[in-house]
Amino acid sequence: MMPELGKYAFAVLSSYGVAITLITVLVLGTLWRSRRVKAALDEVEARRKADG
Amino acid sequence: MTADRGAIRTASWDKPLNLNALWEYANPLKFMRTTERVLPFFTVTAFACLAVGLIWGFFFTPDDFRQGSTVKIMFIHVPTAMMAINIWAMMLVTSLVWLVRRHHVSALAARAAAPIGAMMTVIALFTGATWGQPMWGTWWAWDPRLTAFLILFLFYLGYMALWAAIENDDTAADLTSVLCLVGSVFAILSRYAVKFWNQGLHQDSTIMKVGEKDPLAADYYLPLVVCITGFVLYFVALVLIRTNTEIRARRMRALLARERQG
Repeated sequence: MMPELGKYAFAVLSSYGVAITLITVLVLGTLWRSRRVKAALDEVEARRKADG
Repeated sequence: MTADRGAIRTASWDKPLNLNALWEYANPLKFMRTTERVLPFFTVTAFACLAVGLIWGFFFTPDDFRQGSTVKIMFIHVPTAMMAINIWAMMLVTSLVWLVRRHHVSALAARAAAPIGAMMTVIALFTGATWGQPMWGTWWAWDPRLTAFLILFLFYLGYMALWAAIENDDTAADLTSVLCLVGSVFAILSRYAVKFWNQGLHQDSTIMKVGEKDPLAADYYLPLVVCITGFVLYFVALVLIRTNTEIRARRMRALLARERQG
């Protein structure tokens, strides 16, 4: 199944590895910050509502 | 005549398309509601295109007769380099909208796009180096295109640093918009340096040269188009999520400021 990459295996595999890692890290970071900011805003708005 | 201002008609000439309706999305609430509806579509298609394109490119394309298996790097390098430049172009448009019309959503969209563009630039630089070493015999050359691209990366870093350094959102949006205008010179140079100077190691684009001399081989063309589509959709999905986050963060800062003022 794995293609024969020959002497260029390091170049090809490191390119795919770094790219997929960074793509995934950015997705996870984006989702994490989105949830964190949403929760913080909900908290501030709930506090404002409670304070009238 | 005045009733038709801002409106164009569709091909069938029976239904007016009001371009002014686009400005409705400058309303943060409307923008968030709409983007949250379309987000699942972009997320699923981005993931599908990236998975299909990268698997196709890596496992099912033949080695090039000159470049061997390094040709597989193209399926990452070309889309990310294209996106790095085009994301800056998107930031330029949204920055201009901010400067002219003062719509916060557009400034926040530019802010949201910058880290994605920076990451695309890093991937393009890394994959370019790992591809260049076996093909050119060097990781890096001070060639006009590569140099302009590196400077574009520095502009991405400067742009993000400027947003982070200024507390007042409007001032930050003004200054980063100006920085974006200046950086656009290097985005254009990254794209067209090969045509302007016709020197250096980096070749010109071959993807649009179908039917011309030395085009991209048919075996690579379709998987590359799928990968490019995947990266574009990936960017759209992420920038929508990130813009919504920036809108919420801005609202939170405003509410906290009001609380502090009592």
